[in-house]
Amino acid sequence: MTQSDSNEDTGPADLRVRPVDAADLGEIIAIDAEVTGLEKTDYWYELFHRYGAGRTRQKLFLVAESGTDIEGFIIGEVRDWEFGSAPCGWVFGISVRPGARLAGVGARMLEAICDGFRHAGVHKVRTLLARDNGLILSFFRSQGMMAAPFIPLEKELD
Amino acid sequence: MKLQKGTTLALYSMLEFAANPGKQLSAAEIAEKYGASAHHLAKVLRELGRAGLVESARGVGGGYRFSGNATRLTLMDVIELFEDISTRTGESDEFDGSSDVGRALGAVMSEIDEIAKATFRSITVDTMLKLIQRQRREASAAQAPARGK
Ligand SMILES: CC(C)(COP(=O)(O)OP(=O)(O)OC[C@H]1O[C@@H](n2cnc3c(N)ncnc32)[C@H](O)[C@@H]1OP(=O)(O)O)[C@@H](O)C(=O)NCCC(=O)NCCS
Repeated sequence: MTQSDSNEDTGPADLRVRPVDAADLGEIIAIDAEVTGLEKTDYWYELFHRYGAGRTRQKLFLVAESGTDIEGFIIGEVRDWEFGSAPCGWVFGISVRPGARLAGVGARMLEAICDGFRHAGVHKVRTLLARDNGLILSFFRSQGMMAAPFIPLEKELD
Repeated sequence: MKLQKGTTLALYSMLEFAANPGKQLSAAEIAEKYGASAHHLAKVLRELGRAGLVESARGVGGGYRFSGNATRLTLMDVIELFEDISTRTGESDEFDGSSDVGRALGAVMSEIDEIAKATFRSITVDTMLKLIQRQRREASAAQAPARGK
């Protein structure tokens, strides 16, 4: 993403994107449960432990807050030299509370994490998405992301 | 995956209309810009009109204007008005699945088709307009130093 795709003007007026705090976890778990139908408490505490609260510049776990409500979160990290490609930012989780969607929250969080990646010295951001998740694919596409020169592969381990 | 001529004209037209919301454009104008037959374009525009993506403009010159929702309309929505690629699988096309070799080649073709379909489904007209603008900016930035010489 380039700086010119900035979305600073979008989103509710009082929206603030900031690093996650332990006190946010309850709301994050609730948003994730509402979106995915699964309440994964241990998983979120573990993720907070590894990515939360500015532990390193390489790992980013941010929340979007409007008033006293958490409207969404985004998680990513800088990955170094995977299969020989230069370090880049990876976004591997994003969710906006269903009642707060289509108001620019997702775009603001993506812009904030991209700022974090720039700050960590990388100039590219990537993500990996399920091909049939049209919503999230359209979202990242709308933010200027295009197919990367990689092909994901898998096989059954029997 | 190859798209039919009518489908590609529909995509050109939708992007042309969406880039100029409110402006009325005729089949002849779009046909001239993209080197197509005005007759073929008129047919394509009637189909887009029936789908509610453009509306016919009354008055001098006639023509149509954009009436779709650019941030929700995907390339696949436009393509599917003209041909059915969503059920297309590699197996049924180039390669005959009655042999092992044909089935294996068909599996590779369908991998390619699935990626193409997911791509068309995820890109909206609005996203395309942003891409066009970005390419323009990049092209003019690349030319700028040359001009300065
Ligand atoms: C994808 C998601 C993050 C988008 O968040 P959001 O706050 O609604 O997004 P924004 O309002 O910033 O939208 C930015 C752009 O994305 C695109 N977009 C967003 N929602 C869309 C939708 N339902 N259909 C088509 N395009 C959409 C639009 O282009 C939109 O721009 P517009 O508002 O000008 O139309 C949100 O829908 C979400 O959390 N979905 C579930 C994600 C998920 O499955 N998470 C679990 C795995 S981590």
